[in-house]
Amino acid sequence: MNENNSTKNTTTVIFEILRYNPETGEKPKMQEYNVQVYKGMTVLDGLNWIKENLDPSLVWRSSCRMGVCGSCGMFINGYPRLACNNQILKISNKKLQIKPLPNFDIIRDLVPDLEGFFQKHKSVKPYLIRKDIQEQNLPTGEYFQSPDELTNYIQFAYCIKCGLCLSACPTVATDERFTGPQALAQAWRYNSDSRDEGSDERIKAVHDEIGASRCHFAGACSDVCPKGVDPSFAIQLLKQDFFLKTLKLRKDEKETHVIPTAKKYVPNPKIPEAPKPTVKK
Amino acid sequence: MKVERLHRKNNLGLAGWIRGGRYGLERYAYTLHRITGLGILLYFLLHIFATSSRIWGPEFWEKTMDLFEKPVFKFGEYLVFVAFAYHALNGIRLFITELGFGMGKPQRPVIPYKNAVRRQRPLLIVAMIIAFVLIVFGGLDFYLLGN
Ligand code: SF4
Ligand code: FES
Repeated sequence: MNENNSTKNTTTVIFEILRYNPETGEKPKMQEYNVQVYKGMTVLDGLNWIKENLDPSLVWRSSCRMGVCGSCGMFINGYPRLACNNQILKISNKKLQIKPLPNFDIIRDLVPDLEGFFQKHKSVKPYLIRKDIQEQNLPTGEYFQSPDELTNYIQFAYCIKCGLCLSACPTVATDERFTGPQALAQAWRYNSDSRDEGSDERIKAVHDEIGASRCHFAGACSDVCPKGVDPSFAIQLLKQDFFLKTLKLRKDEKETHVIPTAKKYVPNPKIPEAPKPTVKK
Repeated sequence: MKVERLHRKNNLGLAGWIRGGRYGLERYAYTLHRITGLGILLYFLLHIFATSSRIWGPEFWEKTMDLFEKPVFKFGEYLVFVAFAYHALNGIRLFITELGFGMGKPQRPVIPYKNAVRRQRPLLIVAMIIAFVLIVFGGLDFYLLGN
């Protein structure tokens, strides 16, 4: 924490943090810290300050501190949020209760075990599947995609795998096996991608008894998602697609064509040439 | 040295249906839908038992019927009706939304994010208004107009 912050107007906020040590295996307990909070300070800043000044043994996970890596998901004042994405004073100016994300095992203090979560993500084959493997591995060009086709799935592609949605989900709360909003949304992200041909391959992973049909649209995942992914929407679209295709009410998508890379590059005369590099290689 | 690590379970379980945060209306609709569903199932079992009580002779049948005339049971019956009205109306909403209708189209994620849950909320509100009207009229029928 830099010094000039202490001269700013600050408020004292009590951080009540869950502590759990796997080596002793003792029951988790809550520990309180007083933190001087200035305007604009995020929950993650507060945790860093505690670690530097009060208690070096406090453990959590974070990396990018700007809502991109998805490692700092926590249960803050009864709501799953990213610690780096939320300002303390916007949540409370008195007390902040921080617990690890529920519905995941606790590894230590605020660190949830995301292993099973990533396993679920992998189970839905979250990558582009093409029938023509030859073309996919040794491309002769680019797959065509229009801006509208991009809009169809781009919001689902914003997922940072933070796990907040599984913490909010009441079905995950009672059934750990449920594939969960994140993985199902990713299945739909690829199914709805015009370049993908893998919907049939994903059926087994997505439409089994712990898959999309376990979702009863509580919608909490979409509320907590920090990236606007709207996983519950993706799951309903997944169900719709399955339903319509099974009843033969929806045709299979057309195959996307490959645009061959231009052989000869002809520069546009209206665009001026790039300046010469000033640094030698 | 390898330390044995003891992960601690942190599943919310049943409490996750009720407690566990300040979420949108739909999450509470979900819980209520499950509770009313179980309630109706319980009623159904009780109903089968009651109507089949005739096989133990006319006296037993009369007794059960007398029992069910009690105000507690009458209120219970009304509760079943309330549960039914809620479950049916919310169920219709779920039919529509779980088949992917009434929620618009995927959009580019621009802050402030809007989601499909918000877009279908009018459906929930309309369904709840109809359920409420049914419940009020059902109550009138049960207690004032009936008999
Ligand atoms: S869908 Fe949203 S809440 Fe869920 S893991 Fe992805 S970014 Fe996080
Ligand atoms: S630290 Fe990367 S998302 Fe919060």
